[in-house]
Amino acid sequence: MVEFLIRDLNIWFSSIHALKNVTLEISANEILSVIGPANSGKTTFLRMLNRLNELNANFRMKGEVKIAGQDINDMNVELLRKKVGMVFALPLPLPLSIFDNVAYGAKIHGTRNKKKQKEIVEHALKQAYLWDEVKDRLDTSAFELSGGQQQRLCIARTLAVEPDVILFDEPCSGLDPISTAKVEEAMLKLKENYTIILVTNNVKQAARVGDKTVFFLSGELIEIDKTDKIFTTPSDKRTDDYIRGKFG
Amino acid sequence: MRNPQRTQKIAFFFLFLATLFIVIPVGLIVVIIIQKGLPAINWQFLTDVPKQGMRSGGIFPAIVGTIYLVSGAIIFALPIGLLAAIYLCEYAKDNFLTKIIKLAIVNLAGVPSVVYGLFGVALFVVFLKFGASILSGSLTLGIMILPIIITVSREALESVPYSFREVSRSLGASKWQTIRYIVLPNAISGILTGTILGIGRAAGETAPILFTVAAFYLPQLPNSIFEQVMALPYHLYVISTQVPNVDEKIRYGTALVLLALVLFVNLVAIIIRYKFRKKKKW
Repeated sequence: MVEFLIRDLNIWFSSIHALKNVTLEISANEILSVIGPANSGKTTFLRMLNRLNELNANFRMKGEVKIAGQDINDMNVELLRKKVGMVFALPLPLPLSIFDNVAYGAKIHGTRNKKKQKEIVEHALKQAYLWDEVKDRLDTSAFELSGGQQQRLCIARTLAVEPDVILFDEPCSGLDPISTAKVEEAMLKLKENYTIILVTNNVKQAARVGDKTVFFLSGELIEIDKTDKIFTTPSDKRTDDYIRGKFG
Repeated sequence: MRNPQRTQKIAFFFLFLATLFIVIPVGLIVVIIIQKGLPAINWQFLTDVPKQGMRSGGIFPAIVGTIYLVSGAIIFALPIGLLAAIYLCEYAKDNFLTKIIKLAIVNLAGVPSVVYGLFGVALFVVFLKFGASILSGSLTLGIMILPIIITVSREALESVPYSFREVSRSLGASKWQTIRYIVLPNAISGILTGTILGIGRAAGETAPILFTVAAFYLPQLPNSIFEQVMALPYHLYVISTQVPNVDEKIRYGTALVLLALVLFVNLVAIIIRYKFRKKKKW
């Protein structure tokens, strides 16, 4: 099943042409890894999928992005973001307790019942492999958690909204190897129920978790294929060079 | 040869001296007012009306008047100032009109208080026919402290990290939900600081209330917001310059009460702010 259909997508910020004629499909219940050097448009691409680019006043776009057959620009943006959750590069807990961080989305989307909130929080924290570490201190500040725990909290917070798609924007860039392994473990488990798009600067991570991998360079989509293929016999020389660390 | 050690010591000495010079006047003001005013303070002074042409008795009506005026000014200025700050910080696009508005607010803060007084007379007392009344005085003081409240509130809102807003929006919260649940709770201590400054200014100014509300001598308390009241700063001016042979300790006692009143209100706000800061989790 096709989750996202992106056709001739162009994005500008003021006069900077950030994405150029990008066309691709993203299938449901898969992990798509997005790789490329800095300023290649990876994050811009990711933030297009939940329309977060719009927060920047200089943003302009042309082309078509459809989710489950519906043009995202015709949708209610709050509803789109409920369907398409996002985990940021740095662990960014809200200045609230652990419980309230996870419950925030549910509250925003109208879950007032305290018992229901508790169920949602527990379920989301379990899915993010954090429940056992925090179940006795849900009322303490989220800032008292370690970096890795904070990032899993952010994943739980995203899951609590019950999205269909989760966007990961370099989620392990600030984490140690053990925390990274835990986040990757969570992602592999999550793809059973969610479509995952993972922007990463870590090529090895893309190879470890991605079903498909897409390579961006200077705002252009160079190549998209099954991860095995990209990492063994890429069809474009630039992909090969990047994966081997010859540039970027 | 220059001796860096000695240069350092000289620099330190002058920096310390400058800081000391700030403390000395503040300390002296407080000490002199307490020293000369404290003998006048007793229960009668605080709760009785002025007697014998304000040469004895108390200052109760002036205390009540000042409390009314400051409360009125805050009730008027805090909601409007806060809403304007939210608009300017969160909603307004960075265009020509916004720049004009921001410039106007900065200029408003620099207008001398006596000009506010005249403006208050023209608009509230005469044009809107509120007369010289608590309403006119409160509104005039309110307009005077608006720029302080707006400026400080804007700074408080802007100090909430942008990433919190982005996270909240990415979870599907609307702009208003984000402001309501994330931005405002974290800006509240800064907003209270602005309110404290506003209260201090409103309580102490004489010029804006001179023509809009303050009564020379009015022993009975007001029954409605359309009546005049006495107010501490104006009363202090009157007994210091207009009425001959007022005992010095009554004048300093009045000043002490005014000072204590402002400090007390500030203290309450500081305690509230402290409580909010303790709740702040980043």
